[in-house]
Amino acid sequence: MPGLEVQGVAKNYGKTPVVDHVSFAVAHGDFVCFLGPSGCGKTTLLRLIAGLESPSAGRIALDDVDITASPPCDRGFGMVFQSLALFPHLNVEDNIGYSLRLRDGNRRTRRERVEELLELVRLPGVGKRAVSQLSGGQRQRVAIARALAQEPRILLMDEPFSALDAKLREEMQVEIRQLQQKLEITTILVTHDQREAMTLADTVLVLAHGRIQQMGAPLDIYRNPANKFVATFIGLSNLIEVQVAGAASVRFADHMIEVGSVPATVAPGAAATLSVRPENVLVNRLPAGESEGLSGTITFIRDFGPTIEARIECGGRQIISVSPSSQWDGLKASDRVGLKFAADGCRVLPP
Amino acid sequence: MERLDAPQIPRRSRLPGGSFLLVWPACVIAVFFIVPFALLLRTSVARPGFGALGEGGFELQNFTGLAVDGAFLGSVGFSLALAAGVAVLSLSLSFPFTYWITRMSRRAQVVWLVFLLTTLSLSEVLITFAWQVMLAKRIGFSNLLVWLHLLPEPMSLSPNLWAVVACLVYLVIPFSVLLLFPGMSRIDPQMAEAAQTMGASPTRAFFTVIVPLMRRPIVTCLLMSFIVAIGSYVAPLVLGRPEQWTVAILISKAALDAGNLPLATAMSVAFLTATALVCGLLLALGGRGRPT
Repeated sequence: MPGLEVQGVAKNYGKTPVVDHVSFAVAHGDFVCFLGPSGCGKTTLLRLIAGLESPSAGRIALDDVDITASPPCDRGFGMVFQSLALFPHLNVEDNIGYSLRLRDGNRRTRRERVEELLELVRLPGVGKRAVSQLSGGQRQRVAIARALAQEPRILLMDEPFSALDAKLREEMQVEIRQLQQKLEITTILVTHDQREAMTLADTVLVLAHGRIQQMGAPLDIYRNPANKFVATFIGLSNLIEVQVAGAASVRFADHMIEVGSVPATVAPGAAATLSVRPENVLVNRLPAGESEGLSGTITFIRDFGPTIEARIECGGRQIISVSPSSQWDGLKASDRVGLKFAADGCRVLPP
Repeated sequence: MERLDAPQIPRRSRLPGGSFLLVWPACVIAVFFIVPFALLLRTSVARPGFGALGEGGFELQNFTGLAVDGAFLGSVGFSLALAAGVAVLSLSLSFPFTYWITRMSRRAQVVWLVFLLTTLSLSEVLITFAWQVMLAKRIGFSNLLVWLHLLPEPMSLSPNLWAVVACLVYLVIPFSVLLLFPGMSRIDPQMAEAAQTMGASPTRAFFTVIVPLMRRPIVTCLLMSFIVAIGSYVAPLVLGRPEQWTVAILISKAALDAGNLPLATAMSVAFLTATALVCGLLLALGGRGRPT
């Protein structure tokens, strides 16, 4: 089934491109996160899909029907706004029932549907309350229930949890994921929080400067970042300037480093960037006098309990390593260590 | 959280100074409002054509006379209807206009607000005569219509009811916009957008979300326009026919032309009561709204 298709969509404010010819597709039932730093165009992209902005170029289609020109009220997409935008002049029931009322729903069926939705977001019996009487988390749930009331074809959420404290945010993330799986509703969520995106989404779309940097499953993006931006924005990564030496090796400070493979886009002999996740940097105690292979000096150690992070000075740059504490053999700051990069954890990226 | 921002001054030492400062406005209100109003009330129950203060006795004849005075009652009815019409008309123009201003860039908003404030510096008299000129046969608005082939020949567009209404609406609109603007600019633009994503057309979103959220400012605005229009004197006198004379004009005729101060003050008191009733009703209707 085709689902939502975005083709070459662009949005300019004056001469500044905010969304720069973006194309992608979202299959039915998928949970997609738009992830990027502030000002990357992720909210604008969501608003373009909702119909609240009209694109400067490109086409948006749902199930092969072009909806580029249709107004937001005809799209039937539910949206949860960053400010929630609950109507203060209406109580909870009338807020949730707003879309049903527009459809001229019968009063009793409307009330039943609202009760059902309140059950769904686990807020039974608050229908008669004023919005101002609710806590932050409750308002959040009401906003979600309101967006779901019209049985939207797509649920759009613009940084919905940013106003909640850390604990509540975590709870709501789990709940929205469960809700999405239960209803099998196509969902797009905008966030700047990579943890939120990685734990919630089936597919993450990483945006920067109005362009898609990478789109894929969270773990795929984590393991195979497409470029330097993605490697550093998602998780922690050591970026090392290297020279491509062969089909599966690069040169760094007179040492050969085995890597899984070198992409075809980087020619042998050319400069490239090696991305290694801290957990793929293996540290071992260097026997006295031995200096074969890559080596460095520990400058700083942080003990997180289950893992230990070490910062190692190596060839004039800092490399971060994270090891399970069970495999840590009592190394201390200023100890000399040998370094090894797990070959399948090494990614060669364009410089 | 500690209240670090509270000034470390003992409460008692602040109070006497504060209450002393309040003496001044209290005096102003007493001298310029309460005393004249008491005199007005006293005069309204005096014998017609009385002389010095203190004489004149106590009679309700002025009021009982007014209760059966068809011309006066007609004028009260007309004045209330005119004021209500002007209030509704100016709101229906200034509300969408204010909404439109709040959608503009910050810079354009400032330009519009400064312009509206500037028009307030024009006096009612000046504006009324400007309207008279605009509606005149020789150089007025009708010449423009003739030039546009909408009218066969220039004509005088005053005096009549619509000239009075147009002038009063023009007078009131800057006040209305300035009253509506703060509330309107505080409304989260996502409110209307949320309504649209839920299936409301922009017009429907405007009437089901923006208008209810603005309920209190709307009542304030109606009340203000109503009060400005009900006290109008120059505009109906200059731009209206005698049928369009408001109570204010009748009062001035009774006081200045006929020299019957007791009758004039009785008219004022009766009219004041009618106005107060309408205002109270409006406030009672608006007071139930939730604060935005």
